[in-house]
Amino acid sequence: MTDTNKVYKGSDYYIASKPLMEIVNVAIALGKPLVIKGEPGTGKTLLAHSIAEALNKKLITWNIKSTTKAKDGLYVYDTVQRLNDARFKDKDISDIRQYIKLGKLGQAFKSEEQVVLLIDEIDKADIEFPNDLLNELDEMSFYIPELDEEVVAKHRPIVVITSNSEKELPDAFLRRCIFYYIEFPDEEMMEKIVRVHYPDIENKLLRETLKRFYWIREVDGLKKKPSTSELLDWIKALMIGGINADKIASEIPFLGTLLKNEQDTARFIRLSSTQQGGFGFKKRF
Amino acid sequence: MFTDFFFLLKKKGVPVTITEWLSFIEALYKGYFQSSLNHLYYIGRAFLVKSEAYYDMFDLAFQEYFGGIETSPLELEKVLEWLENPLHKLPKLTPEELAEFQKKLEEFRKQHDMEELMRQFRERLKEQKERHNGGSKWIGTGGTSPFGAYGYHPGGIRVGGESWMQSAAKVAGERRFRNYRNDVILDVRQTKMALKRLRELKREGTQEELDIDETIDKTAKEGGEIELVFTRSRENTVRLILLMDTGGSMLPYTELCERLFSAASQMEHFKEFKYYFFHNCIYQDVYEDMANYKRVPTEKLFSNFHKGYKVIIVGDARMAYSELFDVNGCIDYFYTNDKPGIEWLMRIREHFPYSVWLNPTHKNFWGHYTVDTISKIFPMFELTVDGLKDAIKALTSKQKYAVRQ
Repeated sequence: MTDTNKVYKGSDYYIASKPLMEIVNVAIALGKPLVIKGEPGTGKTLLAHSIAEALNKKLITWNIKSTTKAKDGLYVYDTVQRLNDARFKDKDISDIRQYIKLGKLGQAFKSEEQVVLLIDEIDKADIEFPNDLLNELDEMSFYIPELDEEVVAKHRPIVVITSNSEKELPDAFLRRCIFYYIEFPDEEMMEKIVRVHYPDIENKLLRETLKRFYWIREVDGLKKKPSTSELLDWIKALMIGGINADKIASEIPFLGTLLKNEQDTARFIRLSSTQQGGFGFKKRF
Repeated sequence: MFTDFFFLLKKKGVPVTITEWLSFIEALYKGYFQSSLNHLYYIGRAFLVKSEAYYDMFDLAFQEYFGGIETSPLELEKVLEWLENPLHKLPKLTPEELAEFQKKLEEFRKQHDMEELMRQFRERLKEQKERHNGGSKWIGTGGTSPFGAYGYHPGGIRVGGESWMQSAAKVAGERRFRNYRNDVILDVRQTKMALKRLRELKREGTQEELDIDETIDKTAKEGGEIELVFTRSRENTVRLILLMDTGGSMLPYTELCERLFSAASQMEHFKEFKYYFFHNCIYQDVYEDMANYKRVPTEKLFSNFHKGYKVIIVGDARMAYSELFDVNGCIDYFYTNDKPGIEWLMRIREHFPYSVWLNPTHKNFWGHYTVDTISKIFPMFELTVDGLKDAIKALTSKQKYAVRQ
């Protein structure tokens, strides 16, 4: 099994469920990339930060955009710069090496010690993108033809890949990974999460806000359900505003921190004002 | 080891492969499971299931395969204990309810042999696959079954094992991931994701993208004098026509169709997107707006749109025989048609080889004669995530998609 000093147990500011911790540890031990999926605000990205912090390793983040190509992560050969330099005689352009810049994956491979590599929001890129990385992640090496050089990982990085499921990931890619879907935290878990951020929050306030929060999430047809970060913002606003817990039970101050979309706000207000008590949504409390 | 479980997963519809199975077995041998069912559940799932859409099927398989194991004597003892003294475990009841419950309990004890009951309970626990409310046989709430008449659920009893998480079997039994299944109906986002696949990239339009490779080549040939080369950017060339049934039998699916419609219209993904409505079947007119009956002759579709347009027709295809086969068969009394609907449908298929029919009703209901007939004209798919994906495959495949014969 893993060395005792390498076992991930969550970190001070990040609450990981026990199954998730186990899976992180298995992924590290077997050297397999870990694919994390889940609703926005369930802490997918933070997981990588937390692993890096808990295991005291450097974190390299590769943010994926719609235009990102797999090759960008390996290295970029800046031909335009070289071409430009060639026009003026003041620079030596014979050394190609100075125009080869390692991408995030390349940096992770070249690192002297094991790092945590976060490939964030992989689904933002083209559908074929993950497939282009198959070999590199499998073998943990790639080849730079311009230098005739093989970059081999000195230490297999701990690879965490997050996806918002905008696009589905290819099967061949997923086969090589370990997969975990983070569910939206339940109230008990959420209570712990809030306490990490606001350790001295009043019990009553916490209970009332959570009650309200999950109630709003149940409203049918919201375009964007409020997530953890919205809840935390809301609580912060309530605490700064010195709002009494009893007040939350009767109205919702700072609704704008929870619902950020006009239509949602309108829908919510309409539904909650029509019939007090007999709301048009699933009753939960 | 567990090889049956592999096949069971396959049978339940989890697309698990040998590679994944082998990694799982490898992890198993390396001892990551600490011989606990909980570890097996979570880690097994992480290795074998690669989409939350299949979590539910995994849960079912896990429940079926390991379900017998969790019914340990420990659990039965607890149940027995509860049955002997259920009152203090009950949720808050009014005095009347409490009295009634007590009365029922007494009657019940008179009627039943407790040991026999436990035997039955054990069997049913194994059989039972999901939470159950009401009814007369299963264990659940509010029913008339001897088991759990007042709010007892087997998932509520802790099953042995470690204390660090909910019992795996309980999670599996709860089927919390049911809503993530792929064969359920779509939401707007899922629809958009599916529609995104409907694309054919071609270089079109003005030359405004810098072609680096060409620029370098050209520049090198010019001996270092920089020569910029531009090219056309790649664009999606798909043109889509959506034809939607607004007939009465489609009412239950209005929301579903709205989602498909809003997904398609929100996407700035298509070169062109047109939509028309019809009522039960297509005749010589389609409607731009159903509310004020703004008509467009169906002929116009043929003259205005070339055969490269992709056509998606959404409807339940379920109508009276005459509506499809007869002259003047249209359901609207004010409307006459001199050609039967089926002729128009066949003409549409002929003119637009890339056309599919999406049916919001379940496949099991496609036996109806008009549905059957129409599914022989157009390839027909269910309006679900999987169905939509298949439909889009059919729309983008080079060969003409064969219809069911």
